[in-house]
Amino acid sequence: MSHRRTQQLIPYVLLAPATLFLLVFFAYPMVAAFALAFSGDDGGFTLAHFEAMIRDTAFTPALTTTLLLIVIIIPVQFVLALVMALLVQARLKFSGLFLYIYAIPLGISELAAGIVWFALFTDRGYINTVLTGLGLIDKPYLFLGYQNDFWLLAAVVIAEAWRATSIIMVILVAGLQSIPQEYLEAADVFGASLWDKVWGVILPLLRPSLQVALILRTILAFQVFAVAIAVAGRGITLLAAEAYRWYDAYRNPNVAAAFAGLILLLSIASTVAYLWGLRTPEEQSL
Amino acid sequence: MKRSAATRRRVTRALTYALAILVALWVLVPIYLIAVAAFSPQLEVYRFPRPLFPDPFSIETMAFFLRSGGVMASVRSSVVVAMLTLFLSMLIGAPAGYAIARFVFPGRDVFRLIVVSTRAFPIVILSIPLAVSFIEWGLYDSVYSLALMHTALALPFTILITSSVFASVPRDLEEAAMTLGCSQFEAFLRVALPLALPGLAAATLFTFVLSWNEVFAAVILTVRNRTLPALVLTVLDESPLPYRFAGGFFMLAPSLIFMLFIRKYLFNLWGRVTK
Repeated sequence: MSHRRTQQLIPYVLLAPATLFLLVFFAYPMVAAFALAFSGDDGGFTLAHFEAMIRDTAFTPALTTTLLLIVIIIPVQFVLALVMALLVQARLKFSGLFLYIYAIPLGISELAAGIVWFALFTDRGYINTVLTGLGLIDKPYLFLGYQNDFWLLAAVVIAEAWRATSIIMVILVAGLQSIPQEYLEAADVFGASLWDKVWGVILPLLRPSLQVALILRTILAFQVFAVAIAVAGRGITLLAAEAYRWYDAYRNPNVAAAFAGLILLLSIASTVAYLWGLRTPEEQSL
Repeated sequence: MKRSAATRRRVTRALTYALAILVALWVLVPIYLIAVAAFSPQLEVYRFPRPLFPDPFSIETMAFFLRSGGVMASVRSSVVVAMLTLFLSMLIGAPAGYAIARFVFPGRDVFRLIVVSTRAFPIVILSIPLAVSFIEWGLYDSVYSLALMHTALALPFTILITSSVFASVPRDLEEAAMTLGCSQFEAFLRVALPLALPGLAAATLFTFVLSWNEVFAAVILTVRNRTLPALVLTVLDESPLPYRFAGGFFMLAPSLIFMLFIRKYLFNLWGRVTK
């Protein structure tokens, strides 16, 4: 084999192990998941597992809570992440320290974050300590009471906002860094307020970053389960938690796979929706 | 007129700092409070109102958690899985990252796109069928099968971060080494690799924490060989408050150190929307 030929083959040789690995651990399980979800005891095609999933009394609450969680949390997180990103880029002293602090939650697991916020929200927790200390309430309020749907969801939303905003912040900072400084200086020359700059210059130029962040965040939000278990116990149920329950408690991987398949379909659907909804103007005219 | 503009700028500046500090507190205060709970004596954990600093400082609660049934064994499993994961993902991912950074070849962009899109792939859909397959293959409930699963999750990140690390090492240096008589492999080993080392270290740290934190696959794929998050999740319902608080703090502590080392590289993992 000629030297040139060998040179051309090198990158493929280097990529081969990773490609093989991704095929075995991404492509194969994805196919196998649908096989599990659609095959009956005799190996034939069946919709029985999906019927079992929909008949499950936890199905509707799990689906609505998951969707509700995403609808509430995405705007909250994007506002917070944008504020964080603008602060990191505001050329403050110690901006490296601020970046470090804002990024810490990125390394905190769902479960640990859930436990942290459980410690704050539990009846004898820190929030009740502060509220009674300030005289706002006489006795501890049962935020995480079994019937307290509002606060159960609110606590999960807050815990998730605390944990998973860093990731959006990082994507937005990277996007902000790619905005030419002249654009913002030009806006300054015309006396634009911060508000005008954010709406008129920054957000439009951040569109690619926002799109990526929205897609990632939404897909990750469909997989949330440990936060809810740690904060709310059985008080709240989510799609991923149901998949786990069907696999672990009911020992039924088929229905669990049906839940997993639903999560994948919802993830794909939301990705397509974002790609379409946030097209760039050039793409829109096509 | 001029002075008022300067004053206004100073006020804006002060407000910006105040906001930056406020946001920092939003991140730090909950961490501080769980640390207070973890480092108070066990009985103090039930006191109400809660003390806002450890009173007295004690490692009794942490010791109770670490001595609880299965905790030390699960910490060991977690560390073994994380080490295997970072070793495997470096072994498989770094060559791919190097290929993307250094070679122009047909299929490069397609591969890159696949890697980027697998970053957020639902772990739920991977774990359940793999659990079924691992049972058939006799690999179920082992640190090795979980490490394989975690490697699959970490691989896209490893490839992206190593490719950006190698891309930042000037190609000229490698070529210079080759004109001085090094083979291509030697040039890589003696020039590119040492320069890339800090970035590669950050990638391994990231992989370690990713595996250390991962709970869904861990709880699905293990039964007796639970990793720490899997164990804590399954016993959470019936565990006393000191166990939960100490466990919560113990699990998040590594991220405090890890972010110090990796913050420079974060933008390579999640940023870089445009090339």
